[in-house]
Amino acid sequence: MNFWRAIAVATLLAAAPALLAGEIAPEARRSGYAFMGPDTRAMQDDDTSNPGMLFVLDGETLWTKKTGSAEKACADCHGDARGSMQGVAARYPAFDKTQGRPVTLDQRINLCRANHQQATPLPYESRDLLALSAFVAHQSRGVAITAGEDPQVKPFVEQGRDLFMQREGQLNLACTNCHDDNFDKHLAGAPITQGQPTGYPLYRLEWQTLGSLERRLRSCMSGVRAQAYDYGAPELVALELFLMSRARGLPMETPAVRP
Amino acid sequence: MAALINVPAKAKRGDVIEIRTLTSHIMETGFRHTADGRLVPRDIITSFTCRYNGTEIFRADLFPAIAANPYLSFFTVAKESGKFEFEWTGDNGYSSTASASITVE
Repeated sequence: MNFWRAIAVATLLAAAPALLAGEIAPEARRSGYAFMGPDTRAMQDDDTSNPGMLFVLDGETLWTKKTGSAEKACADCHGDARGSMQGVAARYPAFDKTQGRPVTLDQRINLCRANHQQATPLPYESRDLLALSAFVAHQSRGVAITAGEDPQVKPFVEQGRDLFMQREGQLNLACTNCHDDNFDKHLAGAPITQGQPTGYPLYRLEWQTLGSLERRLRSCMSGVRAQAYDYGAPELVALELFLMSRARGLPMETPAVRP
Repeated sequence: MAALINVPAKAKRGDVIEIRTLTSHIMETGFRHTADGRLVPRDIITSFTCRYNGTEIFRADLFPAIAANPYLSFFTVAKESGKFEFEWTGDNGYSSTASASITVE
């Protein structure tokens, strides 16, 4: 009897390669779009009713505006974003050699400002930073997410996975408890999604503005009554990286609209 | 400020066409307080108008309960080729304009 049980266990283990307990299989991954009602979907689908596009328009203006003491615009080095920035956001957060760790798209923009434009960094969640990252990420709309494939970021993906699995806060909940184990159910009337970050920065009707993935993560952390990490903290970047690698293969939607 | 306008580029004479507009604005209600108890002053768009070849065809008054980045959609009859001009005005001397053209056959 024990012999047969051992064989059954071995067969089950062999049939589930590379997937850890509770993880969502690639073909079962669904964007938050799939959890929304028809009205919110229609709002996202029409570029003249998607308020995120207002930020993309602002970002397009900033892209060609000279700034900093170097008097250079993004376009002076990168040219037309439609070509040069296509697919870029789909692989962020990406490894930065000088920092020795992964950086988010927002951090990359600020590194560019510091190193090449000699300009002051834009504060997190400021309109200009959100507009620039929305404009850059918009160039990847429809491109499949590939973040986390670079071997140099593997340890940080693992760090992010550990944080995702770790219970925290007064409610003692881990991200995985809702977003792996209980998606498709409801929390106070709102659908629980898989937490796939396909459309950031995105327009939340609740925020009435565009916001970054870090803002979203921080509000989840206050939701479970935990102390949220500061913007740009290595832990948030690692979580962001893990979430993007977890959404591998899903198309980018920036700027998405969510309730 | 940035605005997104959707007017059909072409229409047949007599067609009923839909016009959709979306503009950037924070629409601060004037009812909220800061963490230290001070009132955040009201800052909203109060009026929107649309002119079709100079004639006003649509006007709306906006109030504090309207969400940020107001979206307005309305209908009109395509009579002649020309230009739609949009204007948003509001608190603190706010004013923003946009335009779109149409060809009527």
